[in-house]
Formats: sequence, C-alpha cells, structure tokens
Amino acid sequence: MIGAPIAELGAALRAKRLSSVELTQRLLDRIARLNPVLNAFISVDPDRALADAKAADAAIAAGAAGPLTGIPVAHKDILATAAMRTTCGSRMLANYTSPYDAHVVEGLARAGTVLVGKTNMDEFAMGSSSETSHFGPVKNPWNLKYVPGGSSGGSAAAVAARLVPAGTGTDTGGSIRQPAALSGICGLKPTYGICSRYGLVAFASSLDQAGPFAQTAEDIALLLNAMAGHDARDSTSLDRPTEDYTRVLRRDGGARPLAGVTIGLPREYFGAGIDPDVARAIDAALAEFRALGARTVEITLPNARLSVPVYYVIAPAEASSNLSRFDGVRYGHRAAKYDDLTDMYGKSRAEGFGAEVKRRILVGTYVLSHGYYDAYYLKAQQVRHLIADDFRHAYRTCDVIVGPTAPTAAFPIGAKTDDPVQMYLNDIFTVAANLVGAPALSIPCGFDRNGLPIGLQIQGDYFAEAKMLDVAHRFQQATDWHGKRPALAEDID
Amino acid sequence: MTISLADVHRIAHLARIEIDAGQAEEVRTKLDAIFGMINELAAVDTQGVAPMAHAQDVTLPLRDDNVTEADRRALYQRTAPAVEAGLYLVPKVIE
Repeated sequence: MIGAPIAELGAALRAKRLSSVELTQRLLDRIARLNPVLNAFISVDPDRALADAKAADAAIAAGAAGPLTGIPVAHKDILATAAMRTTCGSRMLANYTSPYDAHVVEGLARAGTVLVGKTNMDEFAMGSSSETSHFGPVKNPWNLKYVPGGSSGGSAAAVAARLVPAGTGTDTGGSIRQPAALSGICGLKPTYGICSRYGLVAFASSLDQAGPFAQTAEDIALLLNAMAGHDARDSTSLDRPTEDYTRVLRRDGGARPLAGVTIGLPREYFGAGIDPDVARAIDAALAEFRALGARTVEITLPNARLSVPVYYVIAPAEASSNLSRFDGVRYGHRAAKYDDLTDMYGKSRAEGFGAEVKRRILVGTYVLSHGYYDAYYLKAQQVRHLIADDFRHAYRTCDVIVGPTAPTAAFPIGAKTDDPVQMYLNDIFTVAANLVGAPALSIPCGFDRNGLPIGLQIQGDYFAEAKMLDVAHRFQQATDWHGKRPALAEDID
Repeated sequence: MTISLADVHRIAHLARIEIDAGQAEEVRTKLDAIFGMINELAAVDTQGVAPMAHAQDVTLPLRDDNVTEADRRALYQRTAPAVEAGLYLVPKVIE
C-alpha cells in the first residue's frame, strides 16, 4: 500500500484503512534505509514530518480532509522552507535557512501534505544529471551506476524509489521532465506563470517554473491543483480563474477516449541522434494513442534545433544577474581570509560555487558584457521569438505535441561531466517549452536494452495542462508503464 | 571567434569570481566549446524579428504605493555572515 499512487493512498487515508502517521513512519524508515544508497535527500526531519502527519490524521478524523491530506511530499532544495535549510545543492547556501516558505510549499502545506524533507539537485539547478551537487551525486534507483537525470534528480529518484508518493521540482530547461523520464515517473512543467516563483531561488527568471513529480498523471493533476494559483508576491504570476486539473480525468471516455484529439509529431524529433530503443518505445506509445482514438499528424518545428544554443545564452545571462546576490554579505558563504571588499567577493564566490555554476555565470557575464550584447543576448531573444512562432503555427493543426523527452535513457555517472556541451545536448527536446513558456509533461513509456526507463513528452499550448494530463491519463488507463518499479522498491506492499 | 585567456580573466573579474592561473586554461577550453555551440546562432537570419524577453505578453501589475510589509530586519539578518547593530559588516572601503 505505501508504494501506491496518491489517489489510492488518499482514499485509504480518508477511509481510515491507513493513518498518515503510519504511512509517514514507514516511508521515513525506507528513507533511512535507502537514502545512504540513493543520496536523494539533503535534509530529512522525521519529528516535523510526524507532527504534520498527526495534524493530518486529526483533520481526517474531523472530516476535513482533502485529496492530499496526509500525503508525504519532498521538496526540491531550491524551494524555500522556513522549517529546514534550503541549500540549492551548493556550498554557498549549505547552512542557509529561509525566513519564509515558497508559494508552492505553502500551497501543498495548506492542502494537508506532510513535509518529509528536501531533495538533492544539481547546484542551483544547473545540470542534467544531479551530479554537480555539493552534497554528492544522486543515484538512479533503476541502476545505481547511472544518473537519475537533473537538475531535480533527488525528487525524481525519491518518487521512483517509492520513498515518497509526491515531490516537487523546478524546470528551467527540462529539470523536471528529463529526470522524470530517466527515473521512470511523471513530471510536469506548467505554463510559465501558473505556479508562483515566490521562494523559488532564482536561476533564470524568465524560464524557471515549479512543478510536481508523481507516479501517475492523475496524481500530477491533484498536486498541480494545490501548487497553482495567483500570488501578488511574484509579478509574473498569472491572475486567472482557478482550474480543477482533474476535471476531465473523471469523464467516462468509452473505448476511444482520445477520439477528436490530434497529436502533432515534429519531424525534427524523430530524426538522427535518437537512441533506437527510445524511438521504438515512442512508436509503440503512438500506436497506443491511435488505438485510443487519437489522430496523428506530422508537423514541423524548423527552429527547434536552435533551442539549445538560445537557452545557453539566455539562461546563463539571467543566472549571472540573479546569482550576483551571493556576495558573502547578506547570506551564504563568506571566505575566511581576504584583503579587501573586492577580494572578499571574489574569494567567497570562488569557494561557494562549484565549477558548472561558475562556468554559467562566466558565459552569462560574457554575453551581457560591453560590445557583445547584440551579438548574443539580443540575437538569442530574436531566435527565441522564431521558436515560439514555430509552436504557435503547429498548434493550428494539432492539440498536443508528442515525442521523446530525452534522446536516450539514463547515462552512467561520470559519462558527461567533462564535456559540458554533450551534457547540454541532453536538453534538446525539453528547452523549447521553457523558451516558449508553454506546459510540458513527461510520462514513462518503456525501457531500453539496459532496463532503464524511457520518457515520452507531451507538450501543449499555453494553459493546456488539463488536456495534456487527460491524454496521459487515458494512456495510463490502457498501459502499465507507470506502474513499473525499480527492484529496490519491489519489496514494499 | 575563440575565447582568450585575457577574456577569461576579464569576465571573471566582472563576475567577481577569483580564478587562479592554474585553472584559467581549463576554464578557457570549456568556455570555448560552449561558445562553439552558441555561435551557431550567428548564421540565423533575424532581420526584423522582435526580441522575445518573456513567455507571456502581459504588462506588469501596479499596486498602490502603500507600505504592506512589516519590519522583519532582525529575521532577515539572522542569515547574514556578519551583522552589528542592524548593519551588514563588510571590509573597510573608505579610508
């Protein structure tokens, strides 16, 4: 039972077949046993978790339970929590505790979830493998010699290993979807502005978006209901009517529930560079979508191949500005020895940041520096516009766009750490959604020859989350890829 | 275009990140590879294309010019490396 999806756990909690304290304690025991192996968590607070669980049980007893009451959740360690430290996987913030909670943390607390701990990640969310953390690399639960993807790899590994039924992540260039794919679970990056960025430590402000991890599309919808919503503390938070993202999932779709849905298949996503096992798994999933009534059409996104270079101008540029706040004055690491103020900045930042973070700050500083702005930053923003136009054009002929989330399944730990460009190319299918600001979801759809999970990406136009989740939900009603567990999670009942 | 060692030292200074001479060449090599990938953009025709700064075409909201936040200085300064009498301490900058 404790390894079940949120919807089942919630039903059991409300029917009092299971208490939140019992569920939380059993998951804490699993974390204590498996975290030394997986390194998915940076902080775990059992006392606090059990206090939350007790409060949830009281709410259930009082008949005041919602769908998430008593459900244990783990937050990526880039989302501020007043209850425990927020490190961003960095030496810079290794001992930092925020004075406040992030908006999405508040939302999930208000919904009655149990905060279990904070998860490991690439330092400041800069990476695709969760190897750049000051706290060491996260391991893939399917094979401990492989990466879980990144940057939100700790949350993805924790949900995949059934240490928690729900996790949060942030996605700036694929950091929710790619680890969801490589770890064999579901992860959603919502439309930019749906989830407030208040309390999300900024990496690239025009791209960052928080979102949920879970085993099923239905669970993702339940979590998004609690995470979304207007927040005046984030000037980019969108003020629009509240949506129930589960509303279409309950509809009886009959034998062909996807009749009337047109799936766009970008010619550019199915070419060279795709692992043959990934291509085969996506093809099999497309056959399933057609059997469920969907129609597929070929579309073209001619500028999508430029997403990676555009991203690696815009994201570092914004990062170089955002991370200038870490100067050893107001918070974070300060060097022990220095000559003067400039020396204190230089040494504190040299010691506090890891190699990849420094590299991106340097790239960003360069592209924004005098004489280079037009050639790089302005140019990248223009190409960003061309990419957005490609998607706008595509959605005239299709409802959702489907393809692989990443070109391959997980790669071995250490395989790409010496070659940043190879690491960046792992984001080829995910970054466009961030540049455009549109929603995108990854769901499991098979395994490669090494037994590692493969992810299928469903992209949609702005605010199409409910439709995308419905497409994923119907697929999961007809298949069982989302129910597969790694061997280390097969022992739980 | 290639990144020179002088470029590395110039941007490291602008970014206030100390890089010692021993690391500079490795940093240069990796930045050079990254710019090799980024420079693909130079070939794209963007004549007349408006730059896109943001995903949503919305105007930033304005609020009334009232004080809404309570004074939480002590709470916020709790996380600072060095504080005295409500002030952040830094090395002396004026002789």
